[in-house]
Amino acid sequence: MIRVEGLSKVFHSRDGGSVVALHDVSLEVGRNEFVSLVGPSGCGKSTMLRLLAGLVGATRGGLEIDGTAVTEPRRDIGIVFQSPTLLPWADITDNVLFPLRLMRERASDARARAHALLELVGLKGFESRYPRELSGGMQQRAAICRALIHDPGILLMDEPFGALDALTREVMSMELLRIWTENPKTIVFVTHSITEAVLLSDRVIVMSPRPGRIAEVVDVPIERPRTLDMEGSREFQECTRRIRRRIFGADETDVSGPAAA
Amino acid sequence: MLIVLVAVWEASVHAFSLPVYLLPAPSLIWTESLAVADTLGGHTLATLRTVMYGFIASIVVSLPLAVLLTSSRYASATIYPLLVFTQSIPKVALAPILVVMLGATELPRVIVTFLVAFFPLVIAVAVGLLSVPADLVELGRSFKASKMQELMRIRLPYAVPFVFSGLKVAIALSVVGAVVGEFVNADQGLGYLIVSATAFFRTPVAFGALILLSVLGVVLFQLVVIVERIFFPWSAESEETVIV
Repeated sequence: MIRVEGLSKVFHSRDGGSVVALHDVSLEVGRNEFVSLVGPSGCGKSTMLRLLAGLVGATRGGLEIDGTAVTEPRRDIGIVFQSPTLLPWADITDNVLFPLRLMRERASDARARAHALLELVGLKGFESRYPRELSGGMQQRAAICRALIHDPGILLMDEPFGALDALTREVMSMELLRIWTENPKTIVFVTHSITEAVLLSDRVIVMSPRPGRIAEVVDVPIERPRTLDMEGSREFQECTRRIRRRIFGADETDVSGPAAA
Repeated sequence: MLIVLVAVWEASVHAFSLPVYLLPAPSLIWTESLAVADTLGGHTLATLRTVMYGFIASIVVSLPLAVLLTSSRYASATIYPLLVFTQSIPKVALAPILVVMLGATELPRVIVTFLVAFFPLVIAVAVGLLSVPADLVELGRSFKASKMQELMRIRLPYAVPFVFSGLKVAIALSVVGAVVGEFVNADQGLGYLIVSATAFFRTPVAFGALILLSVLGVVLFQLVVIVERIFFPWSAESEETVIV
């Protein structure tokens, strides 16, 4: 379980200025819960993810995972970035095994696990291909396998489908839900897309910028398993409307911003 | 194409009856060079030796230097001006001074070769080391990769295509550097041969040496390309994204 209590993060630039990336954020994420962070650019959602990953330290406030304070990167966390960032010199299997290499863990069944994960994401037959031979969507699937190889309890995803085209994006969303169902994890998912957030999550954390803080937490009451058809349902529309209104203010006609996806 | 060019050259030398010391005919270059063929091999080997010593020295120095250069802001602020300074020294002017300081040996030639070749290599490797996506570095850090692991497992492999584009420039410049060194001080080598041949107006031999030099340059360059293709095929194929 993740507990965030009064968390603030201030970045100091070299010229002496400072930016409040997060201000007094409190949040709890339960085991195997799927939570999305949504908000316009500069609302601190990526910073939130980096804090959770232990990649940056908090300025104030507390951050605990399973009862221990997060002060450095933890081994039970997997991260997926917007770009796949696969190693161009390694084949797909070695890319998936990369975290284990870095952690100097050489379990005898590691290769078999990597292949099982690749099969899970539909990359069977591509085990010894190189990243450049794969499409963007396939590369991102491999990146998800890489994040799962050490079987982490928590998966942090920073706009993982942001660089993909709209159709691939929908397919990947459903794939992610399937993987999550077969392989339950706590997922914290950062996105710009309101529909994506609602489709995937148990709860959507709406954040607002300058300073980054939580504006509202929206529970998504839609039953699982979810399908793309549910986007037309009344509850779905209700959720997206609430989030959109929170992000753009009461005037709903003004949804010309980039986050109107 | 080359054959046509040589034919035109041959024909025009005869047609305009150009003096040999101005522009010798290809056939004359061939026969005159053949006449000194037994010494040509020695000269070529001497130049090749200087090129290789200088080239290897530039690799040995450039890699750690680039790592150091990219390791911290402080290091780069200290080292960069020095590097640029070494590059602004005209090597032709430096060579005779080096000969006085170090004696008329192989060493000044190798140093000149090294000085000409290493700079583009350092820059290429440094750019490569810095071109690693920030996300990939964060990924490494999220698995508690040490600085050494980050360097060996992420940064250096990532820099390989850049290293090779630097090596291609460096090997070509090594040949230039070796000849510059030989111009100033040598008793052997193709550069020396050009100087001594022209001193006696034996232009055909000088041309022969010149052609051998360019062949040497092309062959060495291709060797670098082949090494990359064999040992780092992924790098050779990603070349479109890297300026060679």
